[in-house]
Amino acid sequence: MQTTIAAIATAQAPGGIGVIRISGPQAAEIAARVFHSHRSDIREIPGYTALFGWVSDVNGDKADEAIALRFRAPHSFTGEDVVELSCHGGLVILQQVLAAVLAAGATPAGPGEFTRRAYCNGKMDLAEAEAVMQMISARGTQAARAALSGHDGALSRKIGALRQELLLIASHLAAWADYPDDDVPQITEGFLKEHLSKVKADLHRLLSTFDAGRVLREGVDTVIVGRPNAGKSTLMNRLTGTERSIVTEVAGTTRDVVEETVQLGQVLLRLSDTAGIRETDDPVEKIGVQRAREKFASAELIFLVFDASQELNDEDRQLLTMSEGLPSIAILNKTDLEEKIDKEYIKSNNKRIVYISARSGEGMQELEQAILETLHASELDPGEGILYTERQRQDVSRCLQAVEEAENALQAGMTLDAVTVSVEAAVDALLELTGEKATIAVVDEVFSHFCVGK
Amino acid sequence: MYDAGHYDVAVIGAGHAGIEAALSAARLGCRTVMFTINMDAVGNCPCNPSIGGTAKGHLVREIDALGGEMGKTTDACFLQSRMLNLGKGPAVHSLRAQIDRRAYSQIMKKKCEQQENLELKQAEVVAISQGENGVWLVDTRLHARYTVKAVILATGTFLGGKVFVGDVAYESGPDGMFPAAYLTESLVKLGLSLRRFKTGTPARVLRRSIDFSGLEEQKGDDPVIPFSYETENPGPNRAVCYVSWTNEETHRIIRANLDRSPLYAGMIEGVGPRYCPSIEDKVVRFSDKPRHQLFIEPCGLDTEEMYLQGMSSSLPEDVQLQFYRSIKGLEHVSIMRSAYAIEYDCVDPTQMQATLEFTDWPGLYGAGQFNGSSGYEEAAAQGLVAGINAARKIHHQSPVILDRAGSYIGTLIDDLITKGVSDPYRMMTSRSEYRLVLRQDNADERLTPLGWEIGLISPARWEKFCRKQEWKQQEMKRALSTVFSPSEALNDILVARGTTPVTTGVHLADLLRRPQIRYQDLTLVDTTRPADIPDAVLENVEIELKYEGYIRRQKADIEEMRRLERQTLPDNLQYDTIDGLRMEAREKLSRVRPQNIGQAGRISGVSPADISVLLIYLSRLRGEEKHAKKEEPTT
Repeated sequence: MQTTIAAIATAQAPGGIGVIRISGPQAAEIAARVFHSHRSDIREIPGYTALFGWVSDVNGDKADEAIALRFRAPHSFTGEDVVELSCHGGLVILQQVLAAVLAAGATPAGPGEFTRRAYCNGKMDLAEAEAVMQMISARGTQAARAALSGHDGALSRKIGALRQELLLIASHLAAWADYPDDDVPQITEGFLKEHLSKVKADLHRLLSTFDAGRVLREGVDTVIVGRPNAGKSTLMNRLTGTERSIVTEVAGTTRDVVEETVQLGQVLLRLSDTAGIRETDDPVEKIGVQRAREKFASAELIFLVFDASQELNDEDRQLLTMSEGLPSIAILNKTDLEEKIDKEYIKSNNKRIVYISARSGEGMQELEQAILETLHASELDPGEGILYTERQRQDVSRCLQAVEEAENALQAGMTLDAVTVSVEAAVDALLELTGEKATIAVVDEVFSHFCVGK
Repeated sequence: MYDAGHYDVAVIGAGHAGIEAALSAARLGCRTVMFTINMDAVGNCPCNPSIGGTAKGHLVREIDALGGEMGKTTDACFLQSRMLNLGKGPAVHSLRAQIDRRAYSQIMKKKCEQQENLELKQAEVVAISQGENGVWLVDTRLHARYTVKAVILATGTFLGGKVFVGDVAYESGPDGMFPAAYLTESLVKLGLSLRRFKTGTPARVLRRSIDFSGLEEQKGDDPVIPFSYETENPGPNRAVCYVSWTNEETHRIIRANLDRSPLYAGMIEGVGPRYCPSIEDKVVRFSDKPRHQLFIEPCGLDTEEMYLQGMSSSLPEDVQLQFYRSIKGLEHVSIMRSAYAIEYDCVDPTQMQATLEFTDWPGLYGAGQFNGSSGYEEAAAQGLVAGINAARKIHHQSPVILDRAGSYIGTLIDDLITKGVSDPYRMMTSRSEYRLVLRQDNADERLTPLGWEIGLISPARWEKFCRKQEWKQQEMKRALSTVFSPSEALNDILVARGTTPVTTGVHLADLLRRPQIRYQDLTLVDTTRPADIPDAVLENVEIELKYEGYIRRQKADIEEMRRLERQTLPDNLQYDTIDGLRMEAREKLSRVRPQNIGQAGRISGVSPADISVLLIYLSRLRGEEKHAKKEEPTT
């Protein structure tokens, strides 16, 4: 038998109303052991009704006032019997109540388990479920927004539209092949090329959202480099809000790669502060430099930190050369002193320049904007549908491959039966996202669009 | 009830499914009895007077390659033959022949009469039931009881048949035959899940009442390509067909009388085929089309009856006459047989295995319209498979299962038993995902070795097949090794065909890989080509070279599919108890009870996620079994 699971369903933050969700066949039974009301029994009330009362902790003492919401299967988020307990006493009390619910017989819900059950009970399709899964783990604000639009079906809608377009082509081809004597519209090469290239452009656009979307979803591996004392550690501390690296006036004091995850506006950065990449004889520092170079090579984003009050030296120039062609931003530090740095040289290296004062915190908004633009994430429109998971990306790119193959076959002058095979492979790839079967979908489409048959 | 004797196999119905079933069972050594309600309707074609067509032509070739009769009989009585879809690619080339329907029926009846081990009887079967020790009892209306080891139900539209013409409805089989009015009851009693389908047919009209002068003629191919790999000289076309169109007036008459259609009045409960809509359906559903095409086809050489393909209807007789007469060429048409719709009982085919035996009723098989399909060719294909498997089971041999990757027949059966049907099922090329491999030109290569192994292919035919395969191998070798030098003659050909000339030596195979180049284009320069090589071999080699990349990929897909097919699912798997399967999947899997993971994945409503769950469950199950075995005490 299916277990009954429970968890705090709202964000784990202090203040505001918190909700404990209990889902499974024993939901009402368990809730009744924790939630008490003079008016009625939570086990008896119909679905979609609420009951006012109070909740007890593990010892049976009153913990908080609460409202219990009753949902009866299958009319709930998960499709199972569900009770939601809304309390307002903050995180600590919520945790006490949850402990009582678990003691009353519920199992703690695993990450995404409510969603998994909702999916398994047919309450949402796979693309929606994956969007919710992503939302659960989303850390950046835009990622949450994008995940929300996925839940609403932006991705499902986008894929639906592409599927429709491909099915239109496939069903034309099928009707044309299976009903040679019927009055079916002729297929022209122009029609095929036009539709295929439209689908191709859409697929390309959708695919590009995966990489850009990943920036918001999973964060960006960012490495901070610069010559010693350019202000790297100060920048890091400004971003993280803590004294993480040891900042001294002696060059080379940051001996290791320090990692920290920070939220800068809507961007999630996984920062590594490095020991610089200058040549050194110090064996300990040598290791640090080596690690910094490795980090540099694998980073998705590079912050090149310069001291604006000093002229560029060889090490600075070396950094600029090394970062050529990589996504990087030149950060000019210490704007309160007289500026001596050669900005034109940096610009000629194709670098975007952002001024900040790591000490006062100026320039952080500009930095955020520069990051979004450098990573092409500013063009991302969550309402358009974004690919979230690797599986989705693979299916869409398989679809694109098949569409390109169909175009090539047309170009080479292959017969249309061969082109059809590729078009159907494309349909297949997309349908894998929704679990439909291509041959059935194509046949259905033929009969709804064409007047065929003896 | 009197004891009418013991047989191995009883085939109920002598239509296209019944004939192939009875002939194959008898040829494989089973004492077989076949029942028909009317002895003059054996192998009748109560609808269109033609065999083959898109995808159906593939089926006929495959039936022939396995040793069935449909192809040979068609070749013996065709009136006109066409290879459809030339120019659209080899995957969709399909042969279709207009036939003399009386001749077809006569030839088939005679083949059955002459077949050793087979007895043909006119009788209405009124009940079947399970006897003791696994035998089946077959009772006829005249109180005969036959005791048999296997029953093949091939009842077509006879089973519970009911005809509709306007507001007139009466119990009837097709073409004015008696219906099988009682058998359904015993099937219900057995516990089979039945349903009601509907189909329809247009009017047959008098040839001399038609004015052909303004109509477009449709001629057959020259030379004629036969269906059967055994037929050497099919002879010439003997008839032409004509094309006409409906018009606004036709549609107006139909619309004005829709309330008199039994379908729109709600009298018909059966589900009709989507691919074969009545003319009133077409007019209503595609109201923006100003005209619909129809074909006027001869029913035979010795009759004046003409068939109006595309014009099936269940409107009242007076309305039929009115709208037919609004069509060009038919202004004074005289109807000989009116169009009608017919409703009949059939079975939910998901209750069957790929052998067409019912899972829960051993020894009971179904084929043709009874299984929810439609079409003579679909019926014959299933009849053949049911007959072969009934015989093999009786002889304690392993079942013969055709899979999707090997044939259209396999695709048809897999679709029926896995996906089930919501309306009468018609074969289409779009139903096969492996259609560049499953072509009509290589049906013999795909299936004749199996037919030989089963025992339905004669030694002479086998020898002929082997010779053809040898030709093919040699020719393929020659194409791959022959090099043409860049002569002027060659480049003239290439340029004329719209492809780039060559400057260095080029392999024959590489030229044939070019979409623009055919074998016949190269005759002038291809001097080492054997003079007596059959055209069919050249066609075969050329296709395999031209579509090499696609064929290779489809073969890889086939490997993957067969890998999944090898992962068998236990018969007694309790899908309700498997955690993580969605409700819909549980329900569908419990109903279909797939044989393997591959089949499970093709069930509509079973998602890739469900398949992952099943795979995980299976591997855990195997792990437990292994574990259990290890712990068994050794003595």
